[in-house]
Amino acid sequence: MADFFKSSPAPTSDMAARKEAVISKVRQEIALANAQELLNKAGEKCFAKCVTKPSTSLSGSEQTCLTHCLERYLEAFTIVSRTYTSRVLRERDAS
Amino acid sequence: MDNFDEATQKELQTFLEKEQSQARFNASIHNIASLCWDKCVTSTPSSRFARGEESCLTNCVGRFLDTSLHLVEVVSQQRQQMASSS
Repeated sequence: MADFFKSSPAPTSDMAARKEAVISKVRQEIALANAQELLNKAGEKCFAKCVTKPSTSLSGSEQTCLTHCLERYLEAFTIVSRTYTSRVLRERDAS
Repeated sequence: MDNFDEATQKELQTFLEKEQSQARFNASIHNIASLCWDKCVTSTPSSRFARGEESCLTNCVGRFLDTSLHLVEVVSQQRQQMASSS
């Protein structure tokens, strides 16, 4: 069995490694996009809530409000995510 | 995707389809979280939610989904009525 009969594709182990690389890259990009979306939304909501009358700089109370607001937005997101997921799973089981 | 054998290409395709459906799922969650935040969180943010805000968020998700289902039902009833009257 001469090796030159099978010139392509690349050796299996190399291909497996490249496959894993593609998969982990895709997962990483998605996680990043998710985090960006969450931060963008939180920024929008918290700007609206905390910076009601923009002045020349963020005041101390505005900064405190923003810190709390970010925490609450993440908490709200977690509640929504948990509720939505359990509902979808329940309806999938029922059908 | 070059230089992958057929089995690997198929495996990657399945993986991507699964990730895409997961991404749609996540997009819904971002959207509903935004809607329900606007409806339920009316107090000035502090170190914890005000009374009722958490239960409002939970109810909001449920009623939003009920709303979608209800609208689908209304439209499908209307279509049936139109079909039977013509």
